[in-house]
Amino acid sequence: MSEAAHLIVLAGNPNAGKSALFNALTGARQKIANYPGVTVERKSGHFQMADGRPAELVDLPGSYSLDPTSPDEAVTRSVIMGEQLGERKPDAIIIVLDAANLDNHLRFALEVIALGRPVVIALNMMDLAERDGLTLDPAKLEKSLGVPVISTVAVRRRGLEDLSAAIEARLSEKADQQAVVVAKERKHGLRKQAKTIANLAIVSETAGRRWSERADAMFLHPIAGPVILLAIMFVMFQAVFAWSEAPIGWIERASEWTAASVQANLGEGFLRDFIIEGAIGGVGSVVVFLPQILILFLFILLLEASGYMTRAAFIMDRLMASVGLSGRSFIPLLSSFACAIPGIMATRSIADPKDRLTTILVAPLMTCSARLPVYAIIIGAFIPARDVGLGVGLQGLVLFGLYIFGIAGAMVVALVLRSTVAKGPNSGFLMEMPKYQLPRIRDILLGLWQRAWIFMRRAGTIIFAATVILWLMLTYPKVPIDSPVSQVDYSAAGRIANVIEPVVAPIGFNRDIALALIPAMAAREVAVAALATTYAIDAPDEEAEAKSLTERLQSRWSLPTALAFLAWFVFAPQCISTIAVTRRETNSWKWPMFMLGYLFALAYGAAGITYWTAVALGL
Amino acid sequence: MNAPVTLAVTLDRLSMHQRAEISVIDWDSMSESEGARLRALGLDEGVEVEKLHKGMFGFNDPIALKVGRMMIAVRKSHASAISVVIPA
Repeated sequence: MSEAAHLIVLAGNPNAGKSALFNALTGARQKIANYPGVTVERKSGHFQMADGRPAELVDLPGSYSLDPTSPDEAVTRSVIMGEQLGERKPDAIIIVLDAANLDNHLRFALEVIALGRPVVIALNMMDLAERDGLTLDPAKLEKSLGVPVISTVAVRRRGLEDLSAAIEARLSEKADQQAVVVAKERKHGLRKQAKTIANLAIVSETAGRRWSERADAMFLHPIAGPVILLAIMFVMFQAVFAWSEAPIGWIERASEWTAASVQANLGEGFLRDFIIEGAIGGVGSVVVFLPQILILFLFILLLEASGYMTRAAFIMDRLMASVGLSGRSFIPLLSSFACAIPGIMATRSIADPKDRLTTILVAPLMTCSARLPVYAIIIGAFIPARDVGLGVGLQGLVLFGLYIFGIAGAMVVALVLRSTVAKGPNSGFLMEMPKYQLPRIRDILLGLWQRAWIFMRRAGTIIFAATVILWLMLTYPKVPIDSPVSQVDYSAAGRIANVIEPVVAPIGFNRDIALALIPAMAAREVAVAALATTYAIDAPDEEAEAKSLTERLQSRWSLPTALAFLAWFVFAPQCISTIAVTRRETNSWKWPMFMLGYLFALAYGAAGITYWTAVALGL
Repeated sequence: MNAPVTLAVTLDRLSMHQRAEISVIDWDSMSESEGARLRALGLDEGVEVEKLHKGMFGFNDPIALKVGRMMIAVRKSHASAISVVIPA
């Protein structure tokens, strides 16, 4: 074999189970990159054919048609046509069809088959179709389409060997068949043709289990639906606090124990101070929020995997339309509650460029999990843990309020952007709502593990580096023994903060906050680590040093200052990664800079208004 | 009375759980890409649809349609460009 490994691509409608088939065929060895010049992911993996020859398998973005309506669909089209920059012409195309959805999915298959390229059909999710009361005859389908049809159940690894045998057989037929040119007028008839072919393949069809439709009678009810959505969101945010108490206690005890053993075993000096004040004090104060972040992600992953997320988009569409967006923007924005980066990347599915730009620009206003450490520490220190009735805690209520504040801000900003910089006609809302599915525990756990790993890596790299630099700048130069000035005021970082303080003093911020805001430019969570480090260094004696960050905040900050600090973080764009991903997704520096400017302006305004209102109310 | 009667309405005015067949789509009322997307999701002339759900109370927008075995969300503004006939 002298030529390069064969290139085989997987194509099909969204929700056809394409990714599950890709995972089953390639296993864990996958590579994710971008196609050159566009922000479309190229997911590839190694696939071993039945005779042992290796091939490269590429999972193309889900497409409804070869007539592209989004950047994703454009890439799928040009790869299949062999016109994609940086991609070989595929040697074979596997089209994945949802067996239960043949009449819709066959439309795309017919378009591709008409090109005359070597095609194999994977008739996927046969088990679900049968459970749905649908029996199909793959042989009849094969006859109508004129290409091999293999029935598969990707999640159970069924039919994979037959599939690879069929691909091999296809690869040995060298010459392309004559391409049938599909005229534009004929495309209108494709759906009808698909329906006819689907009907021929159906052996029997009963109503089957219609529990998905019954569930929708409740979840999409015009009144109950929005109430349920609100209730789910509310439970989610209450759970973030209620369920995390115990694991947070374990992490705190572990870091105290580590600090104590370092204290006992290391001699006094630079290394001991560095480990206790810099590493454990700084990074430890961020890691403590891992349980809350995981609980939030657990909810989002469950909502996505169950199919409920698209229902939420349906319910929210009308409200989103009132600010010039659509329900499609709801999914990226909800993901942004976990992290703006996957949220901004998820905007790729929005066809309208103005819609997409607006969604990207407001995504950082959704309260991401990096704000949780900041909110949690301030709420924990300043908001009493009172029950306001019905088992609802005041702390959870304030957190919920901050989320609402961010959402309201995003809506107003979207409305303004849609009538200024992102002006354009209101695009529609067309979306498939797949059947509900029981989330697979393995997928959810894998998703959670990936998030935990990303967070821990951040804690170990960006947050650690920012904390260490800050600790060094706070520790040096050392204050002379008999000086009346405190170590923090004398240090390099303290001097910088003293310069910034007058700028932020009008919005109620003190020197410590000015100091925390600088390293928090790298990532929001660093603000907490920075405060912890500052107060650890500033402690006059051992007893003060033993105090928790919460107690120190309570003794040094007024309530209006604390509230202003919360308001600041609702808007402040303090995350380098978000700026970077915005630059990549908009392919310009103009929009990330615009985002940075408007968010800082809003943060300053919101903090100022909060501070002065609170002072006026005598809080 | 006994003669088959077909009733033509636009999709946004179709009553709930009523099966109907798409007769005409006013392609000119939407952009090229909107039309392509409509067809891609299976909404085309000659297709049978059923209105399953409508949006939030007070707006009744968007609507959810059963197209084949798939459920599709469409805004009323698009639905009003789609004429259907209700088979007698």
